[in-house]
Amino acid sequence: MDCYEIREQLYAYLDGETTVWRRRAVARHLEECPPCLEGYTLKVTVRRVVAQRCQDPLPADLESRISALLAAEAAD
Amino acid sequence: MSGPPGILVDMADQAKFEEMTREYMPALYSHALRLTRNPADAEDLVQETYLRAYRAFPNYREGGTLRAWLYRIATNAYINMYRAKQRRPDERDLDGMEEWALHGAIGGLEAAAAARTAEVEALDAMPDDAVKQALEDLPEVFRQTVLLADVEGFSYREIAEITEVPIGTVMSRLHRGRRKLEEALFDLAVERGLVPTKEPAGA
Repeated sequence: MDCYEIREQLYAYLDGETTVWRRRAVARHLEECPPCLEGYTLKVTVRRVVAQRCQDPLPADLESRISALLAAEAAD
Repeated sequence: MSGPPGILVDMADQAKFEEMTREYMPALYSHALRLTRNPADAEDLVQETYLRAYRAFPNYREGGTLRAWLYRIATNAYINMYRAKQRRPDERDLDGMEEWALHGAIGGLEAAAAARTAEVEALDAMPDDAVKQALEDLPEVFRQTVLLADVEGFSYREIAEITEVPIGTVMSRLHRGRRKLEEALFDLAVERGLVPTKEPAGA
């Protein structure tokens, strides 16, 4: 596969959602191609940043409010 | 059903339900916040999700995961509550756009290495609010799919079940959504002076 074909496969590779054959072909290409490897590294970084930075504190009483809601539901 | 035995059964169900679902609340709240972009609406969405899940709990079978089941309920609740008008997702062809990740591949290996390191550093330096902003600026269908894959870590199959579309559609939305996200992050990083602007090779 050339670089443009590899690029199309990179996310499936990152997601672990690709066939064994493709996984090996991509891994081999990344070993031999610095620009693609760094493109891949960038995608890994984007993914990590997105996963880590999208946390928000849970509003303090949301859990107890929901509990009360469910209790009212059960009482019907 | 009335009388003491009926009430006892209901209370036991609620305790069990809460015990099984409590751990997902913070992540569901964040997910709701990215979708609604509004804390009050996000809280309402989470409440509605838990209410619907509680009602449907007797029908929950340990087929898929409980987490995927909850997110499917949340997704449908979101559609019912907040998707007021049916908008077509942004269908512009993105294939012609320069992809940030491979700028350097066109311009030369050394330039690529330097540019890439700077980009990775810029990403790491991005403040939380900028990352959230970039996600929340995505068109809704892309945003939802990217969130489920990259924040929540669901598989393609789980995302297909949660959003009730074919796997091929999930992959397409993910592919385009992530490319849009990369561009949005890049634009925000430039805006905030985190990465030096260079003319892309061949632009």
